Amino acid sequence: MLQRHNENRPSVFAHLDWTTVIIYLLMVIAGVISIYAASYDFDEASMLSFDEFSGKQVRWIGLALMLGFFVLLIDYRVYETYAYPVYLIMLVVLLVTPFLAHDIKGSRSWLTIGSMSLQPAEFAKCATALALAKLFSGYNFVLNAKPVNYVKALAIILLPVLLILLQNETGSALVYLSLFFVLYREGMSGLILFGALMAVVIFVVAVKFTDVMFLGIPEGEFAVLVLVMLIVTGMSFIYQRRFELPRNLFVWFGTMMLAGWLLAGPCAIAIPGRAWMLGTIGIGCVYIVIEALKHHIYKLLIPVGAAIFCIGFMFSVNFAFQKLQPHQQLRILVVLGIEDDLRGAGYNVNQSKIAIGSGGLTGKGFLNGTQTKLKYVPEQHTDFIFCTIGEEEGFLGSIAVVGLYMALILKVIAIAERQPRPFGRVYAYCVASYFIFHFCINIGMVIGLCPVIGIPLPFFSYGGSSLWGFTLLLFILLRIDAARKSYS
Amino acid sequence: MRKDYKFEKRKYIIGGFILVIALIYAVRLFDLQLNDERYKQSADSNAFLKKTVFPSRGLMYDRNGELVVYNQPAYDVMLIPRDVQPFDTADFCETIHITPAQLRKRFEDMRDKRLNPGYSSYTPQRLITQLSSQDYGRLQEKLYRFPGFFIQKRILRQYNYATAANVLGNLREVSSDDIDRDDYYARGDYTGDLGVERSYEPYLRGVKGVEILIRDARGRIQGRYENGAHDIAPISGRDLKLSLDIKLQQYAESLMAGKRGAVVAIEPKTGEILCLVSSPGYDPRLLVGRPRGENYKKLEQVEGLPLFDRALSGRYPPGSTFKPTQGLILLQEGIITTSTTYPCFHGYVNGGLRVGCHAHGSPLPLKPALQTSCNAYFCWGFKNMIDRRSKYGSPANALEVWKNHLVSMGYGYPLGVDLPHENRGFLPNSKFYSKYYGEGHWSANTIISVSIGQGEILATPLQIANLAATIANRGWFITPHAVKEIQDTVMPDGLLERRRPTIDEKWYHEVAEGMRMAVTGGTCRRAAIPGIDVAGKTGTAQNPHGKDHSAFMGFAPYDDPKIAVAVYVENGGFGAVFGVPIGSLVMEKYLTDSIAPSRKYMEDQMLNTPVFYASKTQRK
Repeated sequence: MLQRHNENRPSVFAHLDWTTVIIYLLMVIAGVISIYAASYDFDEASMLSFDEFSGKQVRWIGLALMLGFFVLLIDYRVYETYAYPVYLIMLVVLLVTPFLAHDIKGSRSWLTIGSMSLQPAEFAKCATALALAKLFSGYNFVLNAKPVNYVKALAIILLPVLLILLQNETGSALVYLSLFFVLYREGMSGLILFGALMAVVIFVVAVKFTDVMFLGIPEGEFAVLVLVMLIVTGMSFIYQRRFELPRNLFVWFGTMMLAGWLLAGPCAIAIPGRAWMLGTIGIGCVYIVIEALKHHIYKLLIPVGAAIFCIGFMFSVNFAFQKLQPHQQLRILVVLGIEDDLRGAGYNVNQSKIAIGSGGLTGKGFLNGTQTKLKYVPEQHTDFIFCTIGEEEGFLGSIAVVGLYMALILKVIAIAERQPRPFGRVYAYCVASYFIFHFCINIGMVIGLCPVIGIPLPFFSYGGSSLWGFTLLLFILLRIDAARKSYS
Repeated sequence: MRKDYKFEKRKYIIGGFILVIALIYAVRLFDLQLNDERYKQSADSNAFLKKTVFPSRGLMYDRNGELVVYNQPAYDVMLIPRDVQPFDTADFCETIHITPAQLRKRFEDMRDKRLNPGYSSYTPQRLITQLSSQDYGRLQEKLYRFPGFFIQKRILRQYNYATAANVLGNLREVSSDDIDRDDYYARGDYTGDLGVERSYEPYLRGVKGVEILIRDARGRIQGRYENGAHDIAPISGRDLKLSLDIKLQQYAESLMAGKRGAVVAIEPKTGEILCLVSSPGYDPRLLVGRPRGENYKKLEQVEGLPLFDRALSGRYPPGSTFKPTQGLILLQEGIITTSTTYPCFHGYVNGGLRVGCHAHGSPLPLKPALQTSCNAYFCWGFKNMIDRRSKYGSPANALEVWKNHLVSMGYGYPLGVDLPHENRGFLPNSKFYSKYYGEGHWSANTIISVSIGQGEILATPLQIANLAATIANRGWFITPHAVKEIQDTVMPDGLLERRRPTIDEKWYHEVAEGMRMAVTGGTCRRAAIPGIDVAGKTGTAQNPHGKDHSAFMGFAPYDDPKIAVAVYVENGGFGAVFGVPIGSLVMEKYLTDSIAPSRKYMEDQMLNTPVFYASKTQRK
């Protein structure tokens, strides 16, 4: 064991993916500069206290680099071997955290060790990724082979979610849902991701466009029903691979819509829009069912199921929406542009949009951002760090950050695909999924496209836990990747 | 390991997904940063500090040009919380005369987001309001010891006379309702409360100015933006010339000393209110500055409710001052002629009903009936009108006709005076009685007491004074108003138009003559002023709150009236006891600027005779 370890050592740095390391270093340095800018205070008197953010972050980075280096030195097989024990220990830590932690802004997620405060949830991401990878690297493990495999995978993903929810850290808990990308890559039906995507689209459209009426029903509902027609037509093509059925469906739906529009428009006849459209879709579905039974292509029942799912979901959206907590409802409404609550829930988003929008092409220059300097944007050194970049470095700076993330995520996916073993691949996809989620939600919320879910922008946001957690994730991946040649 | 390749293409879907998201974000960033100017402007407005420059509030003069209300500077202690460094609180408290506990409370209130939603440690916050000029002077000298603090000048109201608080009104800090209703206001602004300050607020407040200062990224003021080229100078509020004669107001108030009630005097030709006294009154200076809140609470609890404006909001049975309206209606409706007589056998006796009256000749026509204030005459007249089915069909219809005449004279609805909180009084209509007695179950005798201003009918002293002014004008009036002129602009629409009741002018001459006779040889003899022809009508109103109210309504001089007056003294007894002397003294003072020696005893009597009130103030 020791001997082999020594054998591998020179190859660690020889096979290290330096591109990723450089992207990592660029991000971390840009991050600390942004934190310095975001928390910079010109008042000499209070300089020390605010300077600590960037000062502390530099120390965090130093420690993170040491951590990364240390991770690279450890034998890659250690991670696979100890994946489950690490995962179990992490679950225990997550379980006890709410009892040991102090209440900070309503969440009990910080553990104090000496003078350091750490968020176990950030490290649990790594443990969960390892455990999931370990599951998939089991001998002859095929996700789709048995339903129990799904149960195992979901258990690994959802246990930390539950425990983190107990800490009242909804944002961190939601991150784990991104691991469905991994399941998808490993064979989970695309219908589930497609269904989730459709659910989000239908939710947004149905909640947002309720004011304007079209064909006697709210515009949003109309749009969803048209979408259902397109989905049914498209899916019937995918599952039958022949043009006749989708063509007939297309003609039928088109004719009925045109007729409805003509009747309601030029002819000014009030038609019952909802019944009209549901009837049209219903007849289309009956036609598909007949075709399915006639040709014994039972997969054709999937579009019918999709239609029923979408329509049912739409009608239950309002019900589900009412079930959310009022402040969550409000946040969603604000993001969808229905509510204009600039003093309350919309304040952060509006101020951050102003800050970013005022940046222009090249920005106001380092340390010259008035919006972020004058503290109009809250949480600007943590979750809203992207604001400072947007304001001071402008469109070019923002795009550079988006570009860096694209490079990192695509690079991680590339690394994943070149892994010789499922363990490495699944682990890499876990890493990619986490980055995708953090990137989409954090930047999305800062530019007002997503609800405000308090999660950091990896490597940019201030905070040791997040930095260490992501460094750990990335460097374990690099270590595993560096050993890929050992198998060939 | 073939299974691995089966799903390998899915990497394109995942990669494609993230690329699409990145593309959407790039488009959004393009839109925010390069396409949409709105956000840039918002950022600019954040970086500019727009400092409000407060205009000076309009002054108030009385009708003779005496300055009544003026402005006095006051000083607010402001601070920018993040600039404040630890300071000697004991010294600070001593300098401006507050206790450390009060100071702590002020800081807590300032930081309380509920009380002060605009709190931010980076913007100026108001810590203490309305420092006296002495405290200001002391603090100004020591200000260098308290970094982060500064002083902002504000304007307070001050009053030259301790009178007419109900007419002048005062200033209060705006409520969140005010801010919602009118975007002129910001937190900490002042607005008029009560009286002219309230009703003429839009004229008095002026237009705020703006000074645009630039802040750098440090939040520090860098100076004026383009040397003040974009600043907006404030426009001072308009001065008001009140119709009040402040000396007359003071005099009338002194006559009402120790008594509860109201005195309203109007110049009949213009509708200008010469004095509007509500007694007990209070010194308007009590509601100025820092002690305002405390004093307001005290005034709310004082016996006699000084904050309640009896002249506008008090609802009283008008008693016999109501009889002229009855004469006018009866003449107009042709129920009586000037020579119609009704009998009076020490009262009105009909159908088992008896309304008492005092001793005088019988039977008698209208003018002597007014002269002697004969109850029986007006009861008979009222009965003949209400029960005249041949003309009206039913008592209900007749009462509607009767009521409409009274409405045209200004009863039952607010007159529309230019002061807040005017009460409409109460004028019963046929529906009211039908509901109370049942439809068709009432007739003149059921409701006979309204004919002599008793029973259900209620009027404000202002409405009674307005009747006096209408009779003085012989048939028209102008809505009473307390402001004569507004600087550089015209009075609001409709306030200066003549309003004509539905009674012919000729009947007013008859009634005026009857009122003149009441002074020369009737119930109002004490109203007579040497050298001036006075007309008047007493009132002695029964009420459920103890002794009768003493009332008077009159005008002078008879041929060219310059003043019409109504007096109402709660529980003062006969009209002649308080109402007549006070009313006539007010008229004499206004017309001759002095009191005849022969009437000095009466003046002394009024100045020094209180009425004792056992019960709590009636608020009806």
